[in-house]
Parts: sequence; structure tokens; C-alpha cells
Amino acid sequence: MKIVYLDNNATTPLHPEVLEEMLPFLKEDFGNPSSLHQFGRKVKVKIDEAREKVAGIIGADPSEIVFTGGGSEADNLAIKGVAFASKEKGRHIITSQIEHHAVLNTCKYLERNGYRITYIPVDKYGMVKPEDVAEAISDDTILITIHHSNNEIGTIQPIKEISKIAEERGIIFHTDAVQSLGKLPLNVDDMGVTLLSVSAHKLNGPKGVGACYIRKGIRRLHPLINGGNQEMKRRAGTENVAGIIGFSKACEIASACMEEERERLISLRDKLQNGLTEKISHVRLNGHPTERLPTTLNMSFEYVEGETLMINLDLEGIAVSTGSACSSGSLEPSHVLVAMGIPYEVIHGSLRFSLGRENTEEDIERVLEVLPPIVEKVRKMSPLWEE
Amino acid sequence: MREEGLYSDKVMDHFENPRNVGKIEDADGVGTVGNPVCGDVMKLYLKIEDDTIIDAKFKTFGCGAAIATSSMITELIKGKKIEEIKEITNKTVTEALGGLPKNKLHCSVLAEEAVEAALKDYYEKRG
Ligand code: FES
Repeated sequence: MKIVYLDNNATTPLHPEVLEEMLPFLKEDFGNPSSLHQFGRKVKVKIDEAREKVAGIIGADPSEIVFTGGGSEADNLAIKGVAFASKEKGRHIITSQIEHHAVLNTCKYLERNGYRITYIPVDKYGMVKPEDVAEAISDDTILITIHHSNNEIGTIQPIKEISKIAEERGIIFHTDAVQSLGKLPLNVDDMGVTLLSVSAHKLNGPKGVGACYIRKGIRRLHPLINGGNQEMKRRAGTENVAGIIGFSKACEIASACMEEERERLISLRDKLQNGLTEKISHVRLNGHPTERLPTTLNMSFEYVEGETLMINLDLEGIAVSTGSACSSGSLEPSHVLVAMGIPYEVIHGSLRFSLGRENTEEDIERVLEVLPPIVEKVRKMSPLWEE
Repeated sequence: MREEGLYSDKVMDHFENPRNVGKIEDADGVGTVGNPVCGDVMKLYLKIEDDTIIDAKFKTFGCGAAIATSSMITELIKGKKIEEIKEITNKTVTEALGGLPKNKLHCSVLAEEAVEAALKDYYEKRG
């Protein structure tokens, strides 16, 4: 059975060239970049090169890149880093209701520790209205953190407009761009962001490595990890050398073919969306019709439950994910779909297909062939369907 | 107790080939119950003669565990006397399925409640 992996927003397979690039640093080039002897120096040069590449893909200066242990750590560094450093100035933070849990739960943590958080609602497409952000600003607002694109529905936020508001009011602006890196052109100056989080494993790089972009001249930012002088004292600990090298290679590959890859993925995604809409009744798109990641398609199949669909697809070798309450450990439906005002029963039947570089036309055809009879079978079992 | 998120072979068997799916047009008792935890629905139809369940069918809107427990309970009650099936609890069903993940135990309650509701409906109809 051919395996079809359509859960690339969760994680992606390591690119073979990335692995190649990493291997020497897990073998002979094991030096500690902080060591002054040849072993250390050799690796230090490579880390510097990697920093340049990662900075390059987002239009930043290498000195503005801090490597972290992943996207969640980058979010934590940005948000807690600003919150702790600016607590004399203010304790108010603005975010959205549909952030990734790395942002949302960091904000909730701060909320329990004396900060005030405003969670901005979204429209039915999962989009934040810039004017809502403007309205939420108060004298003690120290940070606005709104993600660049959403991992569940793919909706792309109006980042430029929000950053303009932040700039006018002199407020630090952070964006979690974990899902966008390598898929959309990102330029920190263009976007006007002060801080930005990215992660390697969403663009065919290794897990456990990410980066936080920290604009030059930003006021103090508290490090989360204290210790040695690595990463300009913003993140102590001996570097994850192989990870960082792999990350930079993944960035290099992604930026080299971003345009054509984007077009290819959009056409595959739309083929899937149109095909499903044609072949199955009572389906709806969750997310913005156009302002959406090329990789992401979230659809609800009414009258059926998502986990049931997901397991049925899994039995056919197709991997997707769902926002249904039944499949979340907490038995809560997806907070993103709830915030968009989608009725609970419809959230129940949501599936997310997220595409990546390895997906082909045949993959899409396979889903189009396999899913309609599954939905039909499960609907026959549903007491809601008959009524 | 099984690891979270892993279904037993028995559960998968009932999930893939659910027994007694459907509806009984002239059912003697029908029970519809909802799961307050995640919002799922189960509908159970019973055909009863001489205090014996001669047929049972179900429709369920829910997760893999909900479907498997629905299927299993119809198997467990078919051919049994009403007195006997009153003994059947969600634990009986779960055990018959070789266990359920911890976070899915609540789904099996749906099956137990559906039987109760269908019997109640049966008694009400009979007056
Ligand atoms: S029916 Fe929702 S978790 Fe089982």
C-alpha cells in the first residue's frame, strides 16, 4: 500500500540533502564551537555560515538570529523575554485567540503571574482585524504577538497592518512564523516585526532546532536559559551544531525553489479541495478562501466525526489530522475552529490535509478515491445523517 | 489499561466491521443519548419479544471507541433476557473489547446509557 503523508503542518520528513549536511557534525566534526582549538574553530565557522543563511531567508542580519531548541522555545524567548524585561514599563500583552499553544500557553502562564492578556477574536475565516488590535492597546501594553499563519487552517494574518499599528504606538511586535517559513516569502523589514519565531522541522529540517529573530537595538530581552556566552548571551548552552547546520541547509533548499514549489502545492491543494467538494456533499472549507498557506486545506465533513475519518484513512495508509474533540487529549474541540464560530458538530467533522515537498498528484488522486466512500460509510452509521 | 491513543485489535475489529449498524423500523424501544464530554450521539433500536432482545441495531456519531462500543453492546444484548442485560455496564463492554484508552472510557458510557434509554422507551410504549 502506498503511504500518503498529508500531515506536513505537524512535521515534515528530513530532506536527504539536509541529512547529508548534518552527518559530519554527528561524527568527525564534533568540536564545541566555543573551543579555541582547531576542533572548535572549524565548527564555529560553520555555525556562522548557518546563521547567515537562516538570516538571509528572512532578510535579517546574522547578528539578529538566536538559535533555539525549536519554535516553541523561540516563542517563549520572545514573549517571556519581553515580558520580564519590560515589566516595570507595563504588564499588558495582546495576542489572538487562535495562536499556537506555544504562544497561547506562554501568555496564560504570564497571566497567572501578574500580566494582563487580551486575546483578540478572529472572523469566520480565522483572520485578525488590525483595528481590533489597535483598540486593545493601552498605556501599559508592552507586546503584541500575532502569528503569521495558522497551522490548523492556514489563514495568513495581515501582519504588515498590525506591525504598523504597533510601530506607531512604539510597541514591540512578535510574530510566530513557524508555519510560513520556507513556504511564503518572509522579510522582517517588509513585515515590520521586532521579533519572529521559526522552526526547522516544518521545512524538512531536523527537529529540536529553531530560531528567534531579534531586531537590532531592541531593549533588553531576558534570556530563558542562563549560562555561557553562546548566542550573544541570549541563549546559553552548547549549540545543537548538527541541528543548526541542518536548519540552514533546509532554509537554503526551501528558498531556492520557493516560487515553483508554492505554485505546485497550491495546484495540488486546490485539486484536493475541488475534488472533495465535487465528490462529497455537505463539506465546507475552514479557513480563508485565498489568504491561505499553499500547504493547508482544512475541511469539515458534516454529520461525521473526524477521528473516525482519520482512523479510516490511516487504515488506507493516508495520514491527516483532525480538530475533533474526540481526538484531542483534553476532549476539547480545536480552539482555532471554535474561535472562528464554527458549530461544534461541524468542528467534529474537520480534517486537516497539509501538503509538503514529497506530495504528488497521485497522492491527491488517492485521497479523492479513498475518502468519499469512507465518508459515505461513516455517514450511514451516523444518527444525524438520517434526520 | 492500554496506552493512551491505542486501540486494541478487538476495538479495531468492531470499528472496521461494526455489527448491527442501522435502524429497526418497527422497533419496540429506541434510545437516543448524547455524550456531554465531547458531543457525540448514539441511537439504539431494540426489537423485544417475550422479554428477550431479538434484534438490536445502532447508529453512532462519534469516535472509534464510540463506534466499537456501540457495535459490541448490540452483540452483547442480542438474544438476552431484559433481566440479564440490566447487568451489562460500560465496564462489561470495555472488557469485552479488550480495554479502551483511558481518555476514551467515557465513550463506553454512551452504550450503557443507550440501553437504559431504549428499555425505558420500551416500558413507556407498553404502558
Ligand atoms: S465519542 Fe468523542 S471521544 Fe469517543
